[in-house]
Amino acid sequence: MQLHYSDDDLAFRDEVRAFLNASLQESVTEKVRLALPLEKTDYENWHAALHARGWLAPNWPKQFGGAQWTAVQRHIFEEECALANAPRVVPFGLTMLGPVLQKFGSPEQQSYWLPRILNGDDWWCQGYSEPGAGSDLAALATRAVRHGDHYVVNGQKTWTTLGQYANMIFCLVRTDSEVKAQEGISFLLIDMNTPGIEVKPIVLIDGSAEVNEVWFNDVQVPVENLVGEENKGWTYAKYLLTHERTNIAGVGFARAGLAAVKRLARSEYAGEKPLIESPLFAARLAEIEIDLMAMATTNLRILSRASAGQAPGIESSMLKVKGTVIRQSINDLMRRAVGPHAVPFISEVLEDSMQIPDAVRNGRVSMQYFNNRKLSIYGGSNEIQRQIIAKTAFGGGR
Amino acid sequence: MNFELTDEQRMLQDTLRRMLASSQGSAWQPLAEQGVFAALFSEQYGGLGGSGFDIAVVFEELGRAATIDPVLDSALLCGWLIAEVASETHSELLADIVSGEVQLAFAHTEPASRYALSHVETTIEQRAQQQVLNGQKSVVVNARCAGYLLVSARDEAADDRNCIALYLVPANCSGISMYYYEMSGGGQAAEVTFENVAVSSADCLSADALPAIESAVAAAVVAQCADTLGAMETVMSMTTDYLGTRQQFGRPLATFQALSHRVADMLIELEQARSAVILAAGHLDADPVTRDLHGSAAKNLVGRVGQLIAEESIQLHGGIGMTDEYQLGKYARRIIMADHRFGDIDYHLERFIELGKTPGDF
Repeated sequence: MQLHYSDDDLAFRDEVRAFLNASLQESVTEKVRLALPLEKTDYENWHAALHARGWLAPNWPKQFGGAQWTAVQRHIFEEECALANAPRVVPFGLTMLGPVLQKFGSPEQQSYWLPRILNGDDWWCQGYSEPGAGSDLAALATRAVRHGDHYVVNGQKTWTTLGQYANMIFCLVRTDSEVKAQEGISFLLIDMNTPGIEVKPIVLIDGSAEVNEVWFNDVQVPVENLVGEENKGWTYAKYLLTHERTNIAGVGFARAGLAAVKRLARSEYAGEKPLIESPLFAARLAEIEIDLMAMATTNLRILSRASAGQAPGIESSMLKVKGTVIRQSINDLMRRAVGPHAVPFISEVLEDSMQIPDAVRNGRVSMQYFNNRKLSIYGGSNEIQRQIIAKTAFGGGR
Repeated sequence: MNFELTDEQRMLQDTLRRMLASSQGSAWQPLAEQGVFAALFSEQYGGLGGSGFDIAVVFEELGRAATIDPVLDSALLCGWLIAEVASETHSELLADIVSGEVQLAFAHTEPASRYALSHVETTIEQRAQQQVLNGQKSVVVNARCAGYLLVSARDEAADDRNCIALYLVPANCSGISMYYYEMSGGGQAAEVTFENVAVSSADCLSADALPAIESAVAAAVVAQCADTLGAMETVMSMTTDYLGTRQQFGRPLATFQALSHRVADMLIELEQARSAVILAAGHLDADPVTRDLHGSAAKNLVGRVGQLIAEESIQLHGGIGMTDEYQLGKYARRIIMADHRFGDIDYHLERFIELGKTPGDF
């Protein structure tokens, strides 16, 4: 065993740091650091900068314009981005749809859609969940009926993240109701500007409006937008869920969050002493830091096995649970760190959040706390992950 | 960066696992014959290994099999102490430790020292023509089988009162009395009293032994954590096997979600513990602050995970988990009692905070 980065890895890290230093604008990193909402153009500019460097799609093979990095390189990149308060890369096109098209799409679909993901022509969102299909995704009811050279789609999707910015949505739709639920599902690419589509924001408990409901009313979709075969969509969706989850542990986010808690705890005072010297606060902080050190190593162990060609199995479920619990506990500490200043409700609907006085702006950490309750719910709730882990432990296979 | 064992370490692991699975009672002789103790020492001290990962591989297997032999306290802890302070003057004794010929015990903990390594009240005094030891030592593991005791003491007359001296004393010296007992986690220990025990200056291995004690205890922390990891692995497989076969309400316990989700959490934490052991083992040869930071992180995390897995495995087994006849109890006691050695979760959390900074790469 050898725990340290190789010289090549360290050189790569320097390269990443230099790039981040040169490419990130402080006006944007400040928003990320303070968890203020980003504009659509903030995301687009960041994608463009990464694309110009050839780093927008670390997980794609070179033939499709990806960087094809090793697992350790991806880990370094994600961690450095988080520590530098870079905007996140919007994952729907890059880490979700891209690999599905590369594996199951037709050559025509690959050559048309993949470059458009990289150069920013399309902003994708995900149409999976429905009001009646959450953890039980196969219960989805949005119907697509074929009429000649197009499908007619009717139904409703929900929890569509950043759907307000998207011009394209990839959807799971029911194309056969007579068979077992999983066997009647297809994977469709739908233009959001098609007549009959309506997007409505859902305001969340932190006042943010990052997720949406999407309605489909007699929406016509050309048949060439079907990915793979009709009624095989469940296979593609599962592929999407079990692959490309290297960042599921969120180590970089957790590291950045822990650093933020420490900064706060040094500047906040509990009586005569900085909060970080309070024994109880220091103990809470240290326990989380110890958990995070171990989780970062678990993540690296799993990544290095994945680079050696072993498919991730229950390990990604383990990382999902532990990673989200750690990040939520960091948000909990952050809220406690600012004490009474946690109480102002700083909704992103406020016109110009940057004008708010510092003491009031600290209320933002409560919004992050509430917002990140989503972590243990989305992407397969932590209970679904425990079910997967237990099933494997009891010999139920993968 | 890589997380693979070397070929030698993998062979050692395989050999140990096979050997310990079939051995009953003491495994000391077979361990010695297989050269297992040599894996705990570097070539400089007559061994064939001595890295944190070598130590972790050996103790994970000893924990997995719940071996009761004093490999940790005698071979590793006392061996490392002698290697640190007296490898030249006592090279024969060190060779006998590496070959398993001789057993020792480290008489250091005292009734009032708790986990502090620097708290020593036992004294060494010059009286007429000889030096005498006086004091009381607690939980001296393996005292009954030890040919020699390694005794820490303060020299009342020394210039630097912060110095702790280390003496090598034959266990049968007159003036030494012992009260023996079995330990809950396996093995035996004693309360040892020194009453005017006469020693010579040649018996003094070091007049300033604290850095060596800290170094040897750091290795013992890695070993103890790896031992607990191995014991937890056995407990997990016992628990999943039991839940998969035991039927209630007409179906296996494994099909009850209230139970299976707890198993999932135990498995997640087991992987956390494995990572913590890897970090501690990988930093055993680092500077003392980095070494102890990772040692404390591991001892704290493994202590917490150990308690979770020991308590949950008993609960998930139900009544059978409470019986002495069933093997689970032996493992649960070993895991819980490990937290009472070389500093518990609170001691190590406080030390982690003291040592402070976030380490470089991790």
